[in-house]
Amino acid sequence: MTTRIVIVGGGSAGTITANLLARNLYKEVTSGKVVINMITDNPDHTYQPGYLYVVFDKVRPDEIVRKQKDLLDPHINLFVDPAVKIDRDNRVVVTKSGRQFDYDYLVIATGSRIVPEDIPGLKEGSYWFYDMQSALRLREALMNFNGGKILLSMGIPHKCPVAPLELTFMMYDYFKERNMLDKVQLHYTYPINRLHVLEPVSDWTIGEFERKGIKYDTFFNMEEIDPAKNVIRSMEGDELGYDMLITIPPHKGAQVIEDSGLGKNGWVSTDRRKLINTGYDNVYVIGDTTDIPISKAGSTAHFQSDVVAERLTSIISQGDTVIEYDGKVVCFVETGFDEATYIWFNYNTPPKPTPPSRMLHWMKLGYNRLYWLTARGIL
Amino acid sequence: MSDLKIDQVVDARGSACPGPLMELIKAVKAAEVGTVIELLSAEKGTTTDAPAWIKKVGQEYISTAEKDGYWSIVVKKIK
Repeated sequence: MTTRIVIVGGGSAGTITANLLARNLYKEVTSGKVVINMITDNPDHTYQPGYLYVVFDKVRPDEIVRKQKDLLDPHINLFVDPAVKIDRDNRVVVTKSGRQFDYDYLVIATGSRIVPEDIPGLKEGSYWFYDMQSALRLREALMNFNGGKILLSMGIPHKCPVAPLELTFMMYDYFKERNMLDKVQLHYTYPINRLHVLEPVSDWTIGEFERKGIKYDTFFNMEEIDPAKNVIRSMEGDELGYDMLITIPPHKGAQVIEDSGLGKNGWVSTDRRKLINTGYDNVYVIGDTTDIPISKAGSTAHFQSDVVAERLTSIISQGDTVIEYDGKVVCFVETGFDEATYIWFNYNTPPKPTPPSRMLHWMKLGYNRLYWLTARGIL
Repeated sequence: MSDLKIDQVVDARGSACPGPLMELIKAVKAAEVGTVIELLSAEKGTTTDAPAWIKKVGQEYISTAEKDGYWSIVVKKIK
């Protein structure tokens, strides 16, 4: 009897999980006892943290994109055919072309997407950098920026919670290198009452912002933008003007999740330790798709993939498992063009950022190149 | 408080990042007007941060209660 594993989504979570399973279950896969099918909507795989560097002309677009088929173990069957329905009760995934994939185990790794259309005026009035096209558009706008006030604002929820800070610090160095600091005012806003969700990071940021002359406001959740007047209004009733607006648009999960009735706004109810979909022991949920109150980040996807691959391997080959996810997340945080800091935390251990250093910056740059080994399930 | 029906529980215990307040804001934004939301947080700081945001944004702050190793904060979306 063949055990069929279907992985929906070819981002970091889906790709790492698929490759780890193909290696862990090598004998079963090569003998036909286990079949791994990956369904994705994109023939390309992008290292998304690279967008930040595209903005500042530090990385070219083609450096952060690979063909998905080149990243996958050859024993994995890849189908570039978007999933349009996930039917857990009948254990089947239906794709856009009408193909049906029956499964014994399902891994949902459909990720998240930006929804700028959810904030009135955001699409017309703002720049962002969470996809290639928008990163290149922001790159060009910054190159042509002659001076004025650049305002930053974040939607909720958004992936990679450190990206807004990294962008701000890197913009400071960008304009410093171009001798434009006297012409540019950076103004950072944040949804909660500090500058980052992690208090130690926030405390350190306040000192850096004051030293660098970066203005900031807290409790600022964007509600609407008036692109004609260059004004942004918050849920809290505040109003700020700008010459250039850069935002992190709010995110939602994949459309197929809502269309299949799996979760409001595309987030799927997930056991935070077993990573199974509530009520479905044979359905795993990983990466941005979960509703676990944890960072939506590549690092989270990576560590969850390790756990799910081990759990499935043990269950398929030995019948059961005790392996669980402890909430581990690790993030490098760029604090400019030359230095970076680093945080790790889990459900029980709060983060303690280390002092920024050149070495950590070079480690981050190194990892940007090593990521392709992570995607292949090697690192 | 004892008569109030909780419509949605946001269990943000163990959430270092994005953290309980961010989870609450996300929930309030997505909820229908009239929804009563209970936020669970293991961070004591949430007991001051969350009511401060609820009041600033003009929603109805209901209560804060200390439980066994965590706190419960209740808010009603009124607009």
